Amino acid sequence: MPTTQELIAISPEIILALWALSVMFLDLLIAQSRKSILAYWSLLGLLLAGGAEFSLWGREEILFQGAFVQDNLSLFLDLVLLLATGLSLLMAKGYIKDLEMEHGEYYTLTLFATLGGMLMAGAGDLLIVFLGLEVLSLSLYVLSGFRRTEPMAQEASLKYFLLGAFASGFLLYGIALVFGSTGTTLLGGIAVAITEGGLLGDPLLLLGLGLLGVGLSFKVALVPFHMWTPDVYEGAPTPVAGYMSVVAKAAGFAAALRIFLSAFLQLAGDWTLLLSLLALLTMSGGNIIALAQSNMKRLLAYSSIAHAGYILLGVIALNSWGLSSVLFYLAAYGFMNLGAFAVIVALRDGEREYLALNDYAGLGSRHPLLALSMAIFMLSLAGVPPTAGFLAKFYIFGAAVQAGYGWLAILAVLNSVLAAFYYLRVIVIMYMREPAGQVAKMTHSPALALAIFLAVIGTVQLGLFPAAVVELAQASLFPFLGS
Amino acid sequence: MVPVANYLILSAVLFTIGVLGVLIRRNAIVIFMSIEIMLNAANLAFIALADAKGSLAGQVFVFFVLAVAAAEVAVGLAIIVAISRQQGTIDVDEINLLKW
Repeated sequence: MPTTQELIAISPEIILALWALSVMFLDLLIAQSRKSILAYWSLLGLLLAGGAEFSLWGREEILFQGAFVQDNLSLFLDLVLLLATGLSLLMAKGYIKDLEMEHGEYYTLTLFATLGGMLMAGAGDLLIVFLGLEVLSLSLYVLSGFRRTEPMAQEASLKYFLLGAFASGFLLYGIALVFGSTGTTLLGGIAVAITEGGLLGDPLLLLGLGLLGVGLSFKVALVPFHMWTPDVYEGAPTPVAGYMSVVAKAAGFAAALRIFLSAFLQLAGDWTLLLSLLALLTMSGGNIIALAQSNMKRLLAYSSIAHAGYILLGVIALNSWGLSSVLFYLAAYGFMNLGAFAVIVALRDGEREYLALNDYAGLGSRHPLLALSMAIFMLSLAGVPPTAGFLAKFYIFGAAVQAGYGWLAILAVLNSVLAAFYYLRVIVIMYMREPAGQVAKMTHSPALALAIFLAVIGTVQLGLFPAAVVELAQASLFPFLGS
Repeated sequence: MVPVANYLILSAVLFTIGVLGVLIRRNAIVIFMSIEIMLNAANLAFIALADAKGSLAGQVFVFFVLAVAAAEVAVGLAIIVAISRQQGTIDVDEINLLKW
């Protein structure tokens, strides 16, 4: 039986799970014309769960015989996840109504997906990693095909599902082999077994770790496991694409941090080499293909791939600076990327979405505020000071240099220069190019405006006054590195 | 008593069959079945290794995998049915509105 203390420590997850169920139940009672109540109800749930996270800050709880860990690392990541979910719900409210897919399940699935991500962030056992990943993925498969009569959405959903389930197979087989080598699935237990059993060179363990890595790489879309990303982002509803780009990535990196830090730290020599190769492929591949994109959603998809490569640098660096910069990067990335997606959501005329890059021509004079926000997000994604993206990149590259990966940091900087080209092109098109026909229309909605406003505030705030968040991020890693 | 190595070899063979099935076959249902073979190959490895290690954790894991696989079937078949109704095909080469 769980003790009261355990139940209190895991209360954010419990609140979110109950809230998701309550949304499903309320959906039955609310008339179709008033479904947007559910959006506010879900946001309330997110706020409550976030409040519970705050009240738990500073505690380090190991729950259920080590299966779940509620420490600052999981709380920080949970807060990023909850914030991203909140922003995406604000974006989705009007969007799903206009596109005639306003069903209560949208909110239920979003909340469950976030719950899955939170489980991954606090996992102390490979079983919990697997279950969290599946809760997250299964919800996302459905969400990406939420416009179920739209052929593009169906295709996105099918591709995501088949490749996601394929990746889960690899992950699971990897877990089985790791279990076979160490005799446990507890992350802490694995580390102990590696030390005590002298398993450093055990082929079963290394193969298992490799397969685990492949499975996780699929989920966070590292090159060469990224093929699904642009297709799924393009076909999925825009708020879902934005949600996926942040939440699935943050959750995947959370699980990777947990697994690599708690269980396989002794094998660091083996996996850092492999990951640095993956990081190089991911940044370069993502950025080079992004140069050729003419669709905004595909552009952001490739840009999100490239960003995963930058984040990987912090994991490879494996010092306290690098790991806290991973957390900072995820927070900054959450604001700027969701903000960019929110602008795409805003640029819409009822059902018609303006997704081509050329549709953005003339935006600067026609919708100055929207264009300004987009410009801020693009500058931040490109890493121009004084935005959050600049500091995030600065910290992460600095950590890589400090850890002796100077060559990788130089290549990453060159990559950012390359990336600046396509981000700045969006700004150039918005401000300097005359529209060919009509200027894209904009949908006015208070919730959407709030989402963009919050994202702008977050992006600028983290760029100008990062100290508070950096301190939180560093406090999150205290138990692991103790510096 | 069958040695553990034999089970592991069988599970590796099954896993490979599953992976090849996903890569080679073009029918969405058959691809999905191949994925299920991969999951079950992992299950077999779990059970054999749990027995060899004398730890129940591996067997418990299998129950969770079974539950997850069932949920995956529910979601996956629903997606495939929706596509087959609308587009009249479940050949993944013909479902190509988005560039791969």
